[in-house]
Amino acid sequence: MTVQDIIKPENLVYQKSKLLTNKPFHYCPGCGHGTVHRIIAEVLEELGVGDKTIGVSPVGCAVMAYDYFDVDFAEAAHGRAPAVATGIKRVWPDKVVFSYQGDGDLAAIGTCETIHTCNRGENITMIFVNNGIYGMTGGQMAPTTLEGMKTATTPYGRKATLPAGAGFDGIPNNGYPLHITELIARLPGTKYVTRQAVYDPAHVRNAKKAIKKAFENQINGKSGVNFVEIVSNCNSNWKMEPVAANKWLVENMLPEYPLGDIKVDGKLVEK
Amino acid sequence: MASFKGAISVDTERCKGCGVCVVNCPMGVISLAKEVNGKGYNYAYMAEPDKCIGCASCGIVCPDGVISVYKAKL
Amino acid sequence: MGELKLMKGNEALAEAAIRYGADAYFGYPITPQSEVIEYLSEQNPYERTGMVVLQAESELAAINMVYGAGASGKRVMTSSSSPGVCLKQEGLAYIAGAEIPCVFADVVRGGPGLGTIQPSQADYFQNTKGGGNGDYRNLVLAPASVQEMCDFVALGFDLAFKYRMAACILSDGAIGQMMEKVVLPDQKPRMTDEEIKAKYPWAINGRKNGTQHRIITSLDLDSAKMEEHNIHLQKKYKEIEENEVRYEMINCDDAEYVFVAYGSSARIAQKSVQLGREAGLKVGLLRPITLWPYPTKAIDALIKKGVKGFLSVELSCGQMIEDVRLACNGRVKAEHFGRVGGIIHTPEEVLEAMKKQIIGE
Repeated sequence: MTVQDIIKPENLVYQKSKLLTNKPFHYCPGCGHGTVHRIIAEVLEELGVGDKTIGVSPVGCAVMAYDYFDVDFAEAAHGRAPAVATGIKRVWPDKVVFSYQGDGDLAAIGTCETIHTCNRGENITMIFVNNGIYGMTGGQMAPTTLEGMKTATTPYGRKATLPAGAGFDGIPNNGYPLHITELIARLPGTKYVTRQAVYDPAHVRNAKKAIKKAFENQINGKSGVNFVEIVSNCNSNWKMEPVAANKWLVENMLPEYPLGDIKVDGKLVEK
Repeated sequence: MASFKGAISVDTERCKGCGVCVVNCPMGVISLAKEVNGKGYNYAYMAEPDKCIGCASCGIVCPDGVISVYKAKL
Repeated sequence: MGELKLMKGNEALAEAAIRYGADAYFGYPITPQSEVIEYLSEQNPYERTGMVVLQAESELAAINMVYGAGASGKRVMTSSSSPGVCLKQEGLAYIAGAEIPCVFADVVRGGPGLGTIQPSQADYFQNTKGGGNGDYRNLVLAPASVQEMCDFVALGFDLAFKYRMAACILSDGAIGQMMEKVVLPDQKPRMTDEEIKAKYPWAINGRKNGTQHRIITSLDLDSAKMEEHNIHLQKKYKEIEENEVRYEMINCDDAEYVFVAYGSSARIAQKSVQLGREAGLKVGLLRPITLWPYPTKAIDALIKKGVKGFLSVELSCGQMIEDVRLACNGRVKAEHFGRVGGIIHTPEEVLEAMKKQIIGE
């Protein structure tokens, strides 16, 4: 049996979702954003809600996510996607509304909107892509940057406090990696909170299941934020090749941001 | 043994040659081509087509959604 | 037809939002306009008409909720006072860029900074010249009575949807807090989802099967397209300048000297006109109702009819005077008279200022 015999429509087992447009992603080679876009589109297609979904994109690398999803989309100001999503969902409660944000957008400039949207228990799905760095602006420190991690604004590594020497040790400096996901999980307004990754097929499958649950909860529920963090890569600003970046992610990001469900059906998961 | 045989088709013009599919293929089917596409990327291709089992790992992990996977019963 | 009531300006604004079929109000408390959200919360509009009312965590969040709901084709409103409107400027720039219709009210208090809670008109620049980034305009309507606080909600929504942009109701602490009789309109039904989908095909509320998805954004990295978008916006603004200027003239037919004043200043200047006429002075009042677009042509016409000078009467250190002078273009004298810090001028001192600064001895 030749390759030509196999590549026939009746033998197709996997292809890109029809809810993605034909526009090539502008993301760097190997960037997790593309994978996350893909599985969100697959979930929306499988749930049959493409016609009733409204997405909200952030400021950051995913600002033009609206070009890739073949669903209605609004682009929000930096950090305000949860407020924009709230506005849409409140006046169209039967639609499926989701926000898509990075770490700078969701956990720095938009922390206020994130916390309060979660605390109000808006019936929306929030996707949070955490790669520990500002991608679009060129690799500056994010709230989720690891301690010791080098970025354009922490060229000697992020230091929570100033290091010993010159008598400055212990003075506040860059602060600590912000665990916003654990933070919002403690709010009564969140229903489902989970942290996933997309660096290999098994984790992509898990992440897709989580995203599906996050949308199903919204469709079947009346209130409660469904929040999915994806620990992802930024090979360009981490200054690594894509495959090496994924390895670095496993070795460095995951110990700080462990994967798994944090809150299910409104109850914190006991560790 | 295997009662299925797989194959992939890569949209080579959209492939960015990140190589994530290469390391995630359990059968070592995929390599990056020596040739480049219109954007200068060494695109992914089936270097060892006979080994493909159609598991779709490559398609699932591809950040750009450029891989379609096919599987036929032998 | 209608219902006569005694109400505060802020309450009339809120009641009008319900009666004119607004779909949502997102706001944040700030003196002197907190009555708007208090009144709406007390009225249970969700039960009356299905209108959503939500107290946001900040003015920033409120304007971005307006952005989202407005982008989906619904009639959405917010209100605030001066420092809160500063926080809304980011959202208003995005709303202008993305062409989202909405109505917002600024019940102005004194500034700069936290300033005072008393009435002021020192947000003229903030609202007519833009406070956010980029080349954009907001429609600015200036009510001078509780009745206009009510009526301009309808006018604001009509214009906002006609031109897909924000309409500002630029009030002040005096108009917002004063009680006056007001004729409220009969309840108008909110538009149905189907009506919205049919009337506003640009709105993002779920694409129709097989149709192109809609995008609401203010971003375009293609310079040529962004220039084209800016040219489109300017064309729209030009059309508004041609068609939507509104003003009122009082005793201007034979006037030699004219007060220019809006909002609460116009109420006082109207009395100054009376006092001046009693004293034999040929004075009149031009009350701009739209502050953008500004009644530049009305001033031009008055000059051509023989008006020799204008006094811009404001509760500010002199903001609208710049537009009056632009309209005069050096042909006649144009000066400013204002009180600030929450002090409201008296009709007598306004007339005195006209005599001293414009008419001369």
